Amino acid sequence: MDIVALSRLQFALTALYHFLFVPLTLGLSLILVIMECVYVMTGRAIWRDMVKFWGTLFGINFAMGVATGITMEFQFGTNWAYYAHYVGDVFGAPLAIEGLMAFFLEATLVGLFFFGWNRLSKVAHLIVTAGVAIGSNFSALWILIANAWMQFPVGAKFNPDTMRMEVADFMAVLFNPVAQAKFVHTVAAGYVTGSMFVVSVSALYLLQKRFRPLALRSMTVAASFGLASALCVVVLGDESGYTASANQRMKIAAIEAMWDTEPAPASFTLVGLPDAPHHRTDDAVRIPWVLGLITTRSADQQVPGINDLVKLADRKIRNGLIAYGTLDKLRRDRGNAELRRELDAHVADLGYALLLKRYRPDIEHATDAEIARAAESTVPDVPVLFWSFRLMVACGFWFIALFGAAFYLSARRRLDRHRLFLYAALLSLPLPWLAAELGWVVAEYGRQPWVIEGVLPTFLGVSGTSAGNVLLSLIGFVVFYSGLAVADLYLLVKYIRLGPDATIGHPVAAPGLVSEVVA
Amino acid sequence: MSYELLRLVWWALLGILLIGFAIADGFDLGSAMLLPYVARNDLERRVVINAIGPFWEGNQVWFVLGGGAIFAAWPALYAASFSGFYLAMFLVLAALIFRPLSIVYRSKLPNPRWRSWWDWTLFVTGVVPSLVFGVAFGNLFLGVPFAFDGDLRFHADFSLFSLLTPFALLAGLVSVAMLALHGATWLSLKTESVIGHRARLAIPVAAAAFALLFVGSGLWLRALDGFSIMGTLPHDGPSNPELKTVVQEGGGWFANYKAQPLLWLAPVLALGGAAVASVWRTQRILAFIASALTCATTIATAGLALFPFLLPSSSQPNASLTVWDASSSKLTLEIMLGAVVILLPIVLVYTGWLYRVMRGPVKPDDVAHDPGAY
Repeated sequence: MDIVALSRLQFALTALYHFLFVPLTLGLSLILVIMECVYVMTGRAIWRDMVKFWGTLFGINFAMGVATGITMEFQFGTNWAYYAHYVGDVFGAPLAIEGLMAFFLEATLVGLFFFGWNRLSKVAHLIVTAGVAIGSNFSALWILIANAWMQFPVGAKFNPDTMRMEVADFMAVLFNPVAQAKFVHTVAAGYVTGSMFVVSVSALYLLQKRFRPLALRSMTVAASFGLASALCVVVLGDESGYTASANQRMKIAAIEAMWDTEPAPASFTLVGLPDAPHHRTDDAVRIPWVLGLITTRSADQQVPGINDLVKLADRKIRNGLIAYGTLDKLRRDRGNAELRRELDAHVADLGYALLLKRYRPDIEHATDAEIARAAESTVPDVPVLFWSFRLMVACGFWFIALFGAAFYLSARRRLDRHRLFLYAALLSLPLPWLAAELGWVVAEYGRQPWVIEGVLPTFLGVSGTSAGNVLLSLIGFVVFYSGLAVADLYLLVKYIRLGPDATIGHPVAAPGLVSEVVA
Repeated sequence: MSYELLRLVWWALLGILLIGFAIADGFDLGSAMLLPYVARNDLERRVVINAIGPFWEGNQVWFVLGGGAIFAAWPALYAASFSGFYLAMFLVLAALIFRPLSIVYRSKLPNPRWRSWWDWTLFVTGVVPSLVFGVAFGNLFLGVPFAFDGDLRFHADFSLFSLLTPFALLAGLVSVAMLALHGATWLSLKTESVIGHRARLAIPVAAAAFALLFVGSGLWLRALDGFSIMGTLPHDGPSNPELKTVVQEGGGWFANYKAQPLLWLAPVLALGGAAVASVWRTQRILAFIASALTCATTIATAGLALFPFLLPSSSQPNASLTVWDASSSKLTLEIMLGAVVILLPIVLVYTGWLYRVMRGPVKPDDVAHDPGAY
């Protein structure tokens, strides 16, 4: 494998792995805040013990999230050095602000969350817990502002003197519409994950007829929080689709395996068998109008198909080549104002010309056949996107159904009456993780061949280091991460099986007990 | 603020973030290094781990923030150093992955083999990053073989082992001794009886080792070729490291100290801090402040000698990254400065609160009876 494939594989593996821990941190931290609020307001000790028990599980997961997150931040430099140089002026800022505003907050206060129980007042400890949750969520916000810029690079301009993208309008980067939709969609997915974790573990206890008061209360909190979050995920997923349709039309067309532009409003392919080599979808079951309505929010705008988008890419590559040629002249004649005007007129498509670098270094001499190949390379992996998206959406609707049932049963105070429901809740435990990882595949694998949509092709972003180095570190990560996954799961399972009494070191308080009596 | 001044401010901020990391996370690394020596049984080890338990997580963010700030303010430096020092970075990363888990996971199971495995992991993940950071600094003085092509694509031509030159290893040992000293003053402050006593015995040893190695590397540095910029490089020009001429000359790294003798204050304070920490080691807070001063001024000593170089290139000196041609755009530096001015004081406030709430030594009894303790 070459350095590009190895670097991509390493990024995909480490990002997918990191994202096993992030959603649970996001969701569980807020559930801890809700539980501790009840404790502070009612003074009932069982709620404090609930926070301590779920907090221990939170801590095991949090350590892994922190450990694997550092890898992500440094990988941009180690494996994607040209990317870091090319867009660091824009992309680095949200990452640095994430550290300052969010990561510092959650990491500093998490120490107090575990060590502060006997040193802080009830309200002060609640503030600490809330600080951890706010820090985690702000962290997601800044990371997604950075990520959204990769999908929709607004507010930036190519500077020929420094040969890189530079910030032109920071507010545009900050208030990127893609970032807002992605943020709510992603954190809500985290809340669903946290809720499912609490609901599933509580269902296990109810099935085993152990720790009933703690399990019932935990499940009640998670059911209502989970239902609201599951609704949010689906609605904001739709919003993500709408914002993506404005700038990542190829991604939308690939998700839908829509080869040809249809008359508006386009139909939605429910299922089918996308055949990428022949640009067609076999045995498709289509629902009229739905796609056009979702993506354009209108009945008369067209959703362009893949074949038309490839033709558009061909035109953009030719336009980009003009910019590339001008840039070359400008490097030898830096003061020439006319060349700068010429560059400005074509620079928007410079990234498309860079797609040709996969086929030859001297791209100004590219043939028509190479331009056609480069245009064809803008089509992402259609079958993978098509199925990942459908599986993710199916999970989303299942979450609404399951949390809806849990919410109804908890309102009727019948949570522990239906074993079928409890088994369904228990067995659904892995699904939020599956959905979250699939969502990541749709968003990032669907962005290919771009690392920055329309600006920088992925294969150009890699470092000038040797492929052997990348292979060595990749093997290291696989070995370390596998070992750590075993340790992490072992600890989680062990503490769940031990149950809350052994975990917090004393029996969980009786439901009616007010904490001052214990103290 | 002019582009020139912004670049100077960001050079200083880079130093401040590195110093913040060395002072804050330095005592975690140092405590981990001293673990096998100061703690001889399970309860003693738990006391040491809980002495850094509430703090290490926030402290480590200084490093993450340092990385983020280099990315945002010095993207060329971020790209070149992280990809250039590839396997060294990987070693640091591996350490930073295993260290949190050895703190958090170790005492979650009673099995002695599990605990002993994580104890050794904690020790190694204390030594390795300390050594690697020092080796990296040493290599800055030697210059690193790298160049850029026409697209400003960075190409490095060295391996992990070519970084391990005698001078760089000496610099690595300076860093290990400095952080061991800092860890010892922290454990002296946060633990009592036998552990605190052993930590205080370690202080003069670490301080003497640091002083010897620090002075030794300074003397060696006189024999090395320094880098300097020929002619004039505009301080507010575009960040393109290909527009200047750089030469190497013997003793060049002392040019800044010759031009401004006041700078000698930095190395003098580094040695003074180590001396104060060992002479007044029973004044536990004073000793800790003194070792923190040593960390700060050691980094300052190196940074002031290197200025304006950030990453000199030994194979193509003209491609060296300097303060004047490796920064972000003026707008990005302004935005990031605003973010730091607003947010860093807030960080310091709640970090201060954490240390206030968790003040006082860690007692074996508390650790043994608190199910939340590590």
